[in-house]
Amino acid sequence: MLNLQGYGPSIIQGTILTIELCLASLVISMVLGIITALAKLSDSRLLNIAAQSYTTIIRGIPDLVLMLLIFFGGQVFINQIGPMLGYNEYIDINPFVAGVSTIGFIFGAYMAETFRGAILAVPDGQLEAGYSYGMSRFKVFSRILLPQMIRHAIPGFGNNWLVLMKTTALVSIIGLNDMVRMAALAAGATRMPFTFYLVVAINYLILTSISILILNWLNNKYSAGIIKA
Amino acid sequence: MDLSIIFDNIGIYLEGLKNTLILVSISLSIGLALAIPLAVLRTSKNLFVSGPIWAFVYFFRGTPLLVQMFLIYYGMGQFEPIKSSFLWFFFKEAYFCALFAFTLNTCAYTTEIIRGAIENTPHGEIEAAKAAGMSSLLRFRRIILPSSFRRALPTYGNEIIFMLQGSSLASVITIVDITGAARIVNSRYYSPYEAFLTAAVFYMAITFLIIWLVKKLEFKWYAHLRRE
Repeated sequence: MLNLQGYGPSIIQGTILTIELCLASLVISMVLGIITALAKLSDSRLLNIAAQSYTTIIRGIPDLVLMLLIFFGGQVFINQIGPMLGYNEYIDINPFVAGVSTIGFIFGAYMAETFRGAILAVPDGQLEAGYSYGMSRFKVFSRILLPQMIRHAIPGFGNNWLVLMKTTALVSIIGLNDMVRMAALAAGATRMPFTFYLVVAINYLILTSISILILNWLNNKYSAGIIKA
Repeated sequence: MDLSIIFDNIGIYLEGLKNTLILVSISLSIGLALAIPLAVLRTSKNLFVSGPIWAFVYFFRGTPLLVQMFLIYYGMGQFEPIKSSFLWFFFKEAYFCALFAFTLNTCAYTTEIIRGAIENTPHGEIEAAKAAGMSSLLRFRRIILPSSFRRALPTYGNEIIFMLQGSSLASVITIVDITGAARIVNSRYYSPYEAFLTAAVFYMAITFLIIWLVKKLEFKWYAHLRRE
């Protein structure tokens, strides 16, 4: 076994933070994704353009640049806004908040594409049938659209989730104590960088492997009753 | 916003642009060149051939590029034999390490893309090639690979863009790429908007250029599917 020289617990702490970060950004990205997907499909020209520019811009800029922009830029921005609102103390941006909001914001754009495709994959007749039964818009969404679009969304969603997990490694650059940074600290103290980064790499492999298993299970569950070619 | 900061430091950004383009183009070319034979071998039925390639691809697709880069840049120094051999001449350079990590990473993704395309070759095409008496090497060269490349092109276009964006990580290990230039400007003037938005504009311009080039190539390669 690997000798972690007593740094095992701190790596585990970092792993827990990484998982929290993944789940929190996933929630934000899904909310943003569904809103943006609906905006893309709405009849309002303004909403279309707004949603389209959001997804295009996000996909053209590297995650790291966006993260640095939001972390450093947000810091300046808040401290410019603060005094205007009568708050004169210096405000520090919490790296966790910066990390989660950046990753959520980036993957909202990717989720939007996935959800848009999934919504379009549900036949119109299904929704029409719902309306003709006198269902409200919300009921049609929750009882007819959502259960059927999940099946189409799972593969794309799964890909986004796997990429999102790996993107969280970037938060170590803005000083958040995730597992990469914990490994860096341990590596500095013990002069065993390879060992510690390898442990982190294996941790990521475990997380992705578990995710793939769960995603396959979900995929089977939601494809019940679908005949495969 | 004070754009004069950008105009005064445009030289750093151009230097960064040059480094980004070099890193991305070299790693993509070597990665692609290695990925083609690996993808072909990956489809082999012999587990001793396809197994190690599967493991290589699984590792590099399942871990963050940042960690891979750290493993190479910081990790190699842990081994005395490497440190005392000629290899250290390369591994002590951040530039080489970034290039090495990017190449392996894009190679793994590209292998998977091409493997998928090879496995989706219509059965009839292979049968026709066999019926025409082609050997398996000729079949790969004339039938399977060309049609696989065509199928892989849209996905590979995405991989090029991912690699461009992933290359921004080089700035973390002291390399002055576009992001590195932005970080220098930001730390000198403490002007995050100007510094990072300029970098963002550079990346977006390259991204759109790549998308346009891939579209052009698709137009050419899909000539037989075009509707007049």
